[in-house]
Amino acid sequence: MTFSTSLEGRVALVTGASRGIGAAIADLLGAQGATVIGTATSAAGAEKISARFAEKGVKGAGKELDVTSPDSVANVLDSIKAEFGAPTILVNNAGITQDNLLMRMKDDEWDSVLNTNLTAVYRVTKNCLRDMTKARWGRIINISSVVGSMGNPGQSNYAATKAGVAGFARALAAEVGSRGITVNTVAPGFIDTDMTKVLPEAQREALMGKIPLGRLGAPEEIASVVAFLASDAGGYVTGETIHVNGGMYMG
Amino acid sequence: MSSIEERVKKIVAEQLGVKEEDVKPEASFVEDLGADSLDTVELVMALEEEFETEIPDEEAEKITTVQLAIDYINQNLG
Repeated sequence: MTFSTSLEGRVALVTGASRGIGAAIADLLGAQGATVIGTATSAAGAEKISARFAEKGVKGAGKELDVTSPDSVANVLDSIKAEFGAPTILVNNAGITQDNLLMRMKDDEWDSVLNTNLTAVYRVTKNCLRDMTKARWGRIINISSVVGSMGNPGQSNYAATKAGVAGFARALAAEVGSRGITVNTVAPGFIDTDMTKVLPEAQREALMGKIPLGRLGAPEEIASVVAFLASDAGGYVTGETIHVNGGMYMG
Repeated sequence: MSSIEERVKKIVAEQLGVKEEDVKPEASFVEDLGADSLDTVELVMALEEEFETEIPDEEAEKITTVQLAIDYINQNLG
């Protein structure tokens, strides 16, 4: 038996696609044949995505989107649907960190991380769900973090959102399974991106010592799991959190 | 041009996968036509599209039978 990982004919929306894991996901979904809309928080970021897609022969475009703004989400989704058709693959990847020890954490640090990492997942998913139920086919994939399962000092806000999206995925998977829609979470470990480059050297080395595979992950190694879940080959996986972390946390 | 009643019945039959002759005015979506909660949400969405209107959530919750759907459309689009 063979199985298909082709995404030909699908429209995929990837939030936070200008760099890091989101960029790798958008590029790979495109390489598998999907029309991809990658979002960035600035017009310049969106143009960079469009240019990258053109260079790599990916169908689709970059779009400016503020996932924390209900108006921005509604307007941008309307324009995507008109231009490309409704996305039936949604990758909720956009995320931020604002680390602080809880005793020092400010309300705005808590609120901004919750808004971008968790509330936006609710908002964008809700907007896309109607068309997925009509299509009787959909793939919703949240990008979480190993920190949502194992914890990390200074990241109580971030960890809460990352555990939150996994719970969201399980509840929604139960809700819309009957419509052919799967909802999953991919939890990367220590991946070589701008987000992890800012970690102090001592902390990086301490983390590396805890990774059985002895190296950082590449963004493409997250993208390949997302592409599998998005394809027909991944069609029986739902409500699941898949850890991709070189063994640093084994569930 | 079909009447509002005919159009509503056709949508109910399509959305819930039942025969049009079973879609009696007094039929309850959940109790008589086998709809679950997600079906009723989708049904309201389909009515919104057919009649090019937006049905507020608090009104949508009250539309539990075929007749109530017909009445709502008649009152709000008549």
